[in-house]
Amino acid sequence: MERWGSVKIRSTAARLAVYLCYTLCILTLLLADCRPASAIPAFARKYGMPCSSCHEAWPKLSPFGQQFKDNGYQMGNDRDAPIFQQAAYWPISLRITPNWHLETANHVIVDGANETSTIANIKTNGFDYTGMDLLTAGTLAKNFSFLLVPSSDETGAFHFESVNVRFSNILGSSWFNIKAGKFELDNLLSEKRIVTLSSNGGFYQNYHFQPWVAPGVASSAYVFGLGDNQIGVEWMGHSKNDRTRISASLLSGTDGNPDFQTGVGTAAGHAYEGYFAASQAFEVGGLGLQRVGGFAYLGQASTYARYSSGGVPVNGTGIGNEAYYRAGLIGMWYIKKFDITTMYFHGHDSVYLGTNTARNLGPLGLPAGAHAPSWNGALFESHYNLNPQLILINRYELIRMSQQAITATPGNPGNPSNLGNTDAFTVGVRYYPFISSRAGFAFHNEYSIVRQRSVLVSPITGLPIDLTSSSLMFGFDFAF
Amino acid sequence: MKNIRMKKVCLVLAAALFLPLAASAQQMESHIGNLTGHSEQGQQLYYRYCWGCHGARGDGNGENAPYVTPNPRNFVQGTFKCRSTPTGTLPLDQDLYNSLVRGFNFTNMPSWAALTSQQRADLVAFIKTFSPRFKSEKPGDVIPIPPEPALTVASIQHGSELFQKLECWKCHGQEGRGDGPSASTLTDSNDQPIRPYNFSSSNRSKCGSSNQDLYRIFMTGVDGTPMPSFADVVKPEEAWDLVHYLRTLQTNNKSPELTMWEGTKQGAEIVNAKKVENTYTGSGVKP
Repeated sequence: MERWGSVKIRSTAARLAVYLCYTLCILTLLLADCRPASAIPAFARKYGMPCSSCHEAWPKLSPFGQQFKDNGYQMGNDRDAPIFQQAAYWPISLRITPNWHLETANHVIVDGANETSTIANIKTNGFDYTGMDLLTAGTLAKNFSFLLVPSSDETGAFHFESVNVRFSNILGSSWFNIKAGKFELDNLLSEKRIVTLSSNGGFYQNYHFQPWVAPGVASSAYVFGLGDNQIGVEWMGHSKNDRTRISASLLSGTDGNPDFQTGVGTAAGHAYEGYFAASQAFEVGGLGLQRVGGFAYLGQASTYARYSSGGVPVNGTGIGNEAYYRAGLIGMWYIKKFDITTMYFHGHDSVYLGTNTARNLGPLGLPAGAHAPSWNGALFESHYNLNPQLILINRYELIRMSQQAITATPGNPGNPSNLGNTDAFTVGVRYYPFISSRAGFAFHNEYSIVRQRSVLVSPITGLPIDLTSSSLMFGFDFAF
Repeated sequence: MKNIRMKKVCLVLAAALFLPLAASAQQMESHIGNLTGHSEQGQQLYYRYCWGCHGARGDGNGENAPYVTPNPRNFVQGTFKCRSTPTGTLPLDQDLYNSLVRGFNFTNMPSWAALTSQQRADLVAFIKTFSPRFKSEKPGDVIPIPPEPALTVASIQHGSELFQKLECWKCHGQEGRGDGPSASTLTDSNDQPIRPYNFSSSNRSKCGSSNQDLYRIFMTGVDGTPMPSFADVVKPEEAWDLVHYLRTLQTNNKSPELTMWEGTKQGAEIVNAKKVENTYTGSGVKP
């Protein structure tokens, strides 16, 4: 067994001591501080409202928070413009999470004896911290709002996670709002406000899944994640009480990466894509606000470059666009303090994208048994919000291939039928020792495990093998 | 013997733990249409959404109260601005519910339309637990609102005369901009400075935006503020005339009243004189 990490804890006694200290810290704070508990804290400071108003448990939005966001970060009381704030008010917040985490992965291919390869189980743990978000958002004037999020990774390398302006209530109608720039797609199940943070649990598998070409060969024709922020323009409309929501976006096909002329991948820059989402909420007695909706992303990606220089494709000259799409249905069901989000997901790639084949090669250039890959997915995420200070989280995701990119032909076994099938399970608890209108803090505790079928090839047997990875995380999530 | 002693200790501990809770819990219900709100459920919602301003005791002294203007409502006093009942009386549950749906323009109190009907009803029930008045008093009788008469120029003109006669201008100003000679001296029931409503700033007043809402405000007054009830001073038809005239003061809102008033020579001169254009603050506020 091999280990690495910023801190090595070798003895069982030392590990136990760490666990014990952590438990004691939590217990002490739980017992010592029982005030009424507490997103973008700059909003909380601006309006003097606790985090729990807009967030069921931050960063997860409540219906009130969703309405506030849909209204362009405005309460609608003719007190939203910055002119009503003290000149010293600066709409800036930051969020980062120091943590201790344990990561495991089985079946990692490593060097063996005599220049052979073998497989190993790798376990690593240590103290760490996440990247940091600088969240700046608010109104520039009535019905003019903005969001700017410079975000760093753990090394301090910054990129812009969000850069957008929004024109709200155009012509006095809540059905006419335009947003331009880089923004999160109108996903009801927001990955930017996900309540799990670990390496395996900190994103939605369904949002980022791309089918495997073959065991050990990942798709490389394009990169796309429904949870990634994208660049473009969005029209969004909603009823006054936000029960009905609808949006349509026109986006550059760069998966949110800037500067389409140089772009990412082989040949970004010649594709526009569309995203559509709609949902309707309704009340069911005293159970809470239920919401059902659907979404569809229609994308295209180039498969080769028109020009090359020294044999290297010239970025931004991609052609031979091929289509892919993602679509789904979502329901958010509330039974008082318990809620469960259910999602059905379907994805499809063209045969050229699914097999990493340039379209100018034509059908003859496709590998034997090539098909357009498609898959189905599902998500069940439940929360028990005991009170604004405590939330229990549970999530199970599954992805099942319905059509592999390459199927069996004479002399070729094709892909295993389960290639890429994924199961992910996450459980967590977040405790907010205080809730205020100034800052937010949460003890974050999470375990997540992900199993991907047949995605590796064993160097020993030459047969496809599964990859299982897990994360255990204890974090101190704070935002100010 | 040991068991009996243990039982006694357990009973004492249980009593110590639960009796204060039972004593402090004041069950209250609200009734809005077919909905029945329960204060126990409302309490949880209150401590999620409301306490930051209104305070844990409902006395308007939440941690943000010092930074909020006007001050958050003190529920303990049992005095509410927007009612359908006479001045000095308690509001109906429906009045409190409507306030939650509507929010209060020009204040920090937002609309809570995003909540479910049941949640708002529960909140109303809990808010009522803060004031002893809700235990000892019943809400006042609803002030009737007669059907609105047809809009005429004569009605607007008569409303204009009433605006002078009732000295509305002293606080609201001759142009309805909330800048009358008394405006700077006004305070609310907590001795906090308060500004009269500026009709030119919006077509939404704190207690609603319809003509019926304006009528109701005259007749009920806005308790806790210097705005009195005119129920004993003006007749219903006169109140409607005043409503029609006040609509013409909202020069940024193309209401039927304003359109009719602008159609007369006298009205056009007055309206044009009141209009302030080319304001670039983007705040909706006109100087």
